[in-house]
Amino acid sequence: MNQTFSRRRDRLLTYRAMREGKITSSRRTGCPECGEESASLEWERGLWVCPQCGFHRPIDAYYRLANILDPGSFQELEEGLSPADPLSFPGYPAKLAGLEQSTGLRDAAVAALGKVDGHKAVFAVLDSRFLMGSMGTAVGEKVARAAEYAARKKLPLIIFSASGGARMQEGIFSLMQMAKTAAAIRRFQSGGGLYISCFTYPTTGGVTASFASLGDIMLSEPGALIGFAGPRVIEQTIKEQLPEGFQRAEYLLDHGFLDRIVPRSQWRAVLAQLLALHEKGGRA
Amino acid sequence: MSRYTPEEKVKIARDPGRPGTADFIAALFTDFFEQRGDRLCGEDPSILGGIARFHGRPVTVIGHRKGKSLEENLRCNFGMPSPEGYRKAQRLMRQAEKFSRPVITFVDTPGAYPGKEAEERGQGEAIAQTLALMSALEVPTIAVVTGEGGSGGALALAMANRVLMLEHAVYSVLSPEGFASILWKDASRAGEACGVMKLTAQDLRRGGIVQGVLREPEGGAHTNWEAAFRTVDAALVKELAALDKLRGPALARQRYEMFRAMGQGLPPAGREEP
Repeated sequence: MNQTFSRRRDRLLTYRAMREGKITSSRRTGCPECGEESASLEWERGLWVCPQCGFHRPIDAYYRLANILDPGSFQELEEGLSPADPLSFPGYPAKLAGLEQSTGLRDAAVAALGKVDGHKAVFAVLDSRFLMGSMGTAVGEKVARAAEYAARKKLPLIIFSASGGARMQEGIFSLMQMAKTAAAIRRFQSGGGLYISCFTYPTTGGVTASFASLGDIMLSEPGALIGFAGPRVIEQTIKEQLPEGFQRAEYLLDHGFLDRIVPRSQWRAVLAQLLALHEKGGRA
Repeated sequence: MSRYTPEEKVKIARDPGRPGTADFIAALFTDFFEQRGDRLCGEDPSILGGIARFHGRPVTVIGHRKGKSLEENLRCNFGMPSPEGYRKAQRLMRQAEKFSRPVITFVDTPGAYPGKEAEERGQGEAIAQTLALMSALEVPTIAVVTGEGGSGGALALAMANRVLMLEHAVYSVLSPEGFASILWKDASRAGEACGVMKLTAQDLRRGGIVQGVLREPEGGAHTNWEAAFRTVDAALVKELAALDKLRGPALARQRYEMFRAMGQGLPPAGREEP
């Protein structure tokens, strides 16, 4: 396994162990969706899908990649990209520094080159532990660079989204990342590139309204909340309660916005199938 | 230098007496032919668009419409578009490209509508596709932010070769109320938010987000429409002439590179040189 990767993985696992306490057979973890507790060991074995209700808990970017990529194929891209503070927003640099410390990430996106069942692809994965995976200048830039790198290398692009939307602390510069990423994806696709967009819980706002909605293939984990406006904003606006299941992946599938819902344990198989169907990165 | 604070500018930008898209079309264009409907399922009056002549030349003109009377406000949903509006805009832009017409847009919206049906019909997808389409158009495009440039709903009509702003218009990632409520859990601190958001035309010009600030008449565009029309007209003539020098692919490239550069080259947070 790539050295950087294993170092990062170790750090992340240590962090998780600290956060969750030592995972032993007696340790239990509650589900934020159904509220039921299950043995932590069972959660871990099930890739952090609730053993009771099937809720797909947000997971960190490296852990996700580790479960999808062929062992040893991970190669991180643009690792050094760091966030800016264009509004000089009070407390923002300190917040970023604290998150870098606790997560090992410079910002909310990880980009990587990797293989799925031998098929090479470029990945970008958002990590909701970092300010809810919100998109500021560093995330937008990383997604754009991933698309440009994929275009240069004639490789497919696979993005896993998890985001609260545009990052407020970077103001209008965050908004412009919607334009930047949409343009980069469009350019990549015009050149014949295959882009697979994968939604995870939750993806809203400016990420839904830019690169995440532009996939040639659109996939989602079960139960993922996907929308432009968040449910609370909608409820305040229309002054009524939203129906159960509104803005969830299953709802979007029914309304024609997704190709398929993919349970966490099946990502590798589904992506391998799609990549094989698009050999040569989508070019004839 | 402007005498107004950012908070005052937000008020001015929202003034219902300011000229809106329909007013700019009536004053600056001739032969306007309105085009309606997204050809998929509906017509959204909160985006007004069609073909018209600008100084004799056919162009496609599109903009947010808030409406002037209460009845019109309601019909136009106060300028908050639904996916149908954005898909209509896409249709008009594709047609503009087909017939080699420049696209001129007027931006004035609190934001895309956060409603149940809007979500059901893919508000996010509609905005994303509009951005992707605008990014690659091989005709000249100019956007003018005339009032409120609210979030992704504004950006979706503003990804142009040139983005111009009226002097007292504002343009931001979210409304100051929304910004304050997300970051400080307190919407009543909206005034304070105006101060930190860098949402004025002058701030955005400095940040490289917009390429031109258009002087408003003394007291603001709402006090003297004619003067505002003259300024906008002159700016459009000038920018269009400059863009006419570029061929289709060069226009798409210029636009790509301009937005690609936004947010690049800023110093890393908290690591500024001492």
